[in-house]
Formats: sequence, C-alpha cells, structure tokens
Amino acid sequence: MIQLIAFYLFATIVIASAAMVIFARNPVHSVMWLILAFFNAAGLMLLAGAEFIAMLLVIVYVGAVAVLFLFVVMMLDIDFAELRAGFVRYLPLGTLVAIILAAELVFAVGAWSAGGVDLAARTAPVVSDTSNIQQIGELLYTRYIFLFEAAGIVLLVAMIGAIVLTHRQRGGVRAQNVAQQVRRRPEDATRLVDPGTGQGVEL
Amino acid sequence: MISVGHYLAVSAVLFTLGVLGIFINRKNIIVILMAIELILLAVNINLVAFSAALGDLVGQVFAMFVLTVAAGEAAIGLAILVIYFRGRGTIAVDDANRMKG
Repeated sequence: MIQLIAFYLFATIVIASAAMVIFARNPVHSVMWLILAFFNAAGLMLLAGAEFIAMLLVIVYVGAVAVLFLFVVMMLDIDFAELRAGFVRYLPLGTLVAIILAAELVFAVGAWSAGGVDLAARTAPVVSDTSNIQQIGELLYTRYIFLFEAAGIVLLVAMIGAIVLTHRQRGGVRAQNVAQQVRRRPEDATRLVDPGTGQGVEL
Repeated sequence: MISVGHYLAVSAVLFTLGVLGIFINRKNIIVILMAIELILLAVNINLVAFSAALGDLVGQVFAMFVLTVAAGEAAIGLAILVIYFRGRGTIAVDDANRMKG
C-alpha cells in the first residue's frame, strides 16, 4: 500500500515538475524544477529496486548537470523575455507532435503488454541474496568492463572538449611564466663590465 | 500493485513533455538542453523499469551509460552555448547561421 502511495507521489511530482521545466518563464526556475524532477525520478528508481542508478541520478544529475546549467544561466547576461517571443506560435505544432508521439507510445506499450516479442534469455539475472550495488559492481568490473571504460572515455573527451572550446588566451596580461623563470641562467641575466673612469655604464 | 506498465506510462508522459519542450522553446537553447535531459531521464526510467520487471541487470548497466552520455552532452552543449554567446551576445538559436547551413 505504502509503495503505491509513494509511486503515485513520485510520479505526479516528476510529471508536474517536468511540465514546469518547459513552461516556466525564467530559466533559473526551470533548472530548479529540473532538480525536483531528478530527485523524484531517483525516488521512482529506488522503488523499482535500482539503488545504484538512483544514487547516480542524484549525484550526477543534481550534483553536476543541474549545477552546470545553473552556472551558465546565471553567468550569461541574456534577455529571456525576448527569447519567449515565439512561444504561442509554436504551441499548436508542438502540441500536435506531442500528441502523435504520445499516441505512438501508448500503442507501443499496448502492443508490448498484449504479448510482445520474447527476444532472448536473461543475460545477467538478478541474484536475490546480494544487494543491487554489489551485483552491478560485479557486472561492471567483469563482463561490462569495456562499456565502463567507454563511459570513462566519453567523460574524458567531454571534459577536454569543454575546456578546449571555452578556453581563451587573454592578451595584455603579465602572467608568471614558471618555465621561463626556471630556464633563466646567471650568464644570460648578468653582465660583468669594466668601464673606464668617467665613462659610466650603459644599462 | 505497481506494474511495469505504470513506469512505462510515467516515462511516456515525461518523453512527450521533453519533445513538447523542444518545440515550444525553440529560441531558448538552455531550455532545449533541459528538455533533452528530460527525454534521457524518461529513457532511463524505461530501462530501469524493464530491468526490474525482467530480473535482468543489463538494463541498469546501460542506464549508467546513458547517464554518462547525458552528462557529457550537457557539458559540451553548454560549452558551445558559452562560446556562441561570446561571439553573438545572444543565445537565440533559430537564426544561427554562422556555418551557412
């Protein structure tokens, strides 16, 4: 009973906050609703017994992606009122596409529940006596190690790409060049001169 | 009791809302990126629901991979957005024509 209440609570909030994400006037509010949606989706996944994915959702989506969105929204000086100009104009077309898509999804779920296709045998059956996180860890570090490393490479490429894209060299700054300082030798930097009397030195 | 159909319904609604968000916020690329995150979240809910219903953990492993791709996509997308804003002073993307496409 309590599972049913929790499911409907999480499901209602996740759908309502997803609607608020796309309809909110201010993108900062959109990010806040997105965070609420992620938390409640994590609740849904916890209810399905996927503890690892639920925690990953909270850490990666709320902790990293949503904060990244918040930073960008707040750092750029954008006139958001102007960006909403075509809102009403695109609404009929968007609603039409959304209704067609929803009808297709309902049709697909109906077809699946009417019998569906039995594709293959279970590749990694759930073992009931160990926890979800332990089972996923055993899978990730053995059979799916290449998938795990591919995920790491995706993140590395994304990180390098983001740095390369947004990095810029500013002109006119006098930053410390450590390599140049270390390379500096006494004979390059000092000069021993023996000027005659009354001639002075040239600097 | 909760069946896999309940989860599929939630994720179908979430997916539809994401697509609708892309259509109605056509100028504001930040909200478009957030709508894409919603779509990927719907996909993840689907994967986890089927994984739980079929008793097969591969769905959850793949959900982790989808999550990784979503994080990378958000980082690259926002980086492109920042450099686009530096050059143009606006993020209205429906008149983006720098690549003459």
